[in-house]
Amino acid sequence: MDTRSGFHHSLDGLRSELLAMGRNVEQLIHEAVESLARADEKLAKAVIDSDDEVDGAMSRIDELCLRLIALQQPMASDLRVIGTALKIATDLERIADHAVDIAKITIRLNGEELVKPLEIIPQMAEQAKDMLRESLLSYTERNVHRAAALADKDDGVDKMYSTVMTEIIGLMGTDIAKNRQLTHLMLVASHLERVGDHTTNIGEAVIYMVTGKRKDLNV
Amino acid sequence: MTERHKINVSKLNLFYGDNHALHDIEMTIESNTIAALIGPSGCGKSTFLRTLNRMNDLIDGVRITGSVAVDGQNVYGPETDIVSLRKRVGMVFQRPNPFPMSIYDNIAYGPRIHGTKKKAVLDEIVERSLRQAALWDEVKDRLNKSALGLSGGQQQRLCIARLLAVEPDVLLMDEPTSALDPISTLKVEELTQTLKERYTIIIVTHNMQQAARISDVTSFFLNGYLVETDKTDKIFTNPNDQRTEDYITGRFG
Repeated sequence: MDTRSGFHHSLDGLRSELLAMGRNVEQLIHEAVESLARADEKLAKAVIDSDDEVDGAMSRIDELCLRLIALQQPMASDLRVIGTALKIATDLERIADHAVDIAKITIRLNGEELVKPLEIIPQMAEQAKDMLRESLLSYTERNVHRAAALADKDDGVDKMYSTVMTEIIGLMGTDIAKNRQLTHLMLVASHLERVGDHTTNIGEAVIYMVTGKRKDLNV
Repeated sequence: MTERHKINVSKLNLFYGDNHALHDIEMTIESNTIAALIGPSGCGKSTFLRTLNRMNDLIDGVRITGSVAVDGQNVYGPETDIVSLRKRVGMVFQRPNPFPMSIYDNIAYGPRIHGTKKKAVLDEIVERSLRQAALWDEVKDRLNKSALGLSGGQQQRLCIARLLAVEPDVLLMDEPTSALDPISTLKVEELTQTLKERYTIIIVTHNMQQAARISDVTSFFLNGYLVETDKTDKIFTNPNDQRTEDYITGRFG
């Protein structure tokens, strides 16, 4: 018998709220990269506008967590669920910020022709999106193995990032306009690399939530 | 080897007639710590508490095996004098139970019984005990008034002061705040934090938040068994045993 069914029902509500935020952020990353690939300024603006929604979701999750702590005095695994939600919401909000930064770069590039077609950056974006999806799935399923697998995926993103850097440095010359564009693309790669890191944070939070133990997924 | 532990309980079993109420309890409690005992009603935590100063001896048909040592001395040994044991291991109960006499006489009662007669010495004991129980400032101007005129929270601190007057080592508290209002509860909780510098405190509480707030170690009892003992912050964030987890998160039964 569950003697705290109302409280546990609220925890389910917290979970759904967090997953909805996660899906929203996943979509933003997708659209930000799309806007860049297609030089779609309108889509980029839509991404920037959606950030308020993500911030709103984070505040709601924050408030819900603090209210549950104050009113319900959660213990043990319940407490870990709430602490984890606070952390994951913060990481999701940061990921959304990176999506916004990528969208802003789309706008700054202002439709100019790219020095070279994007090749590795879309792969990085795919991998980062996959990691975000996996991290949220590990949360829904309380799946420690899925969470731990993010470490290897993150190594993949890091390798692609260093490939992009090397390539971009090689392409740089004396043409200032070209260098400016290349620097923006390097920043895009850097944002995607950070997205990967945030998903490993989410994975670590899930592992703590389920087992109560700390594990570093980003060594 | 037991010297370093204030209390050492080994293979303790207790029977009320045919009812096997405590099963093979093993526990050690260090000096100057607060140990909280939690668990549902009937789990044995109060029974266990009462084995520590032999309060169960007053109940008919109780049989106890195993050992309870305080400072290395088995309290169930034949050489143990129960009066001096209960002086060393004092107890505070659920409801404050001041004697129907003045505040001063409540505190002086124990020392007088143990042979202290001089007024100057008693005055000093009364003041010191009331100060230690964080009650002195509230009652110093009415020491000769009846203790029954105090509020519930004050009465409970008076009972704690009365205990301190006979200079115990160990304080047993059986749900000491369950009859008190929230502010009085917090005062008693605050008091335990200063008392642990001098005493070892074992507290039975139904209020898990209270156990979490004030204790250093927590033991979870269930159906007469000690399920687990661990540091309090461990028990309330990540207990080892699923039964503890279920109890403290309310998923019990």
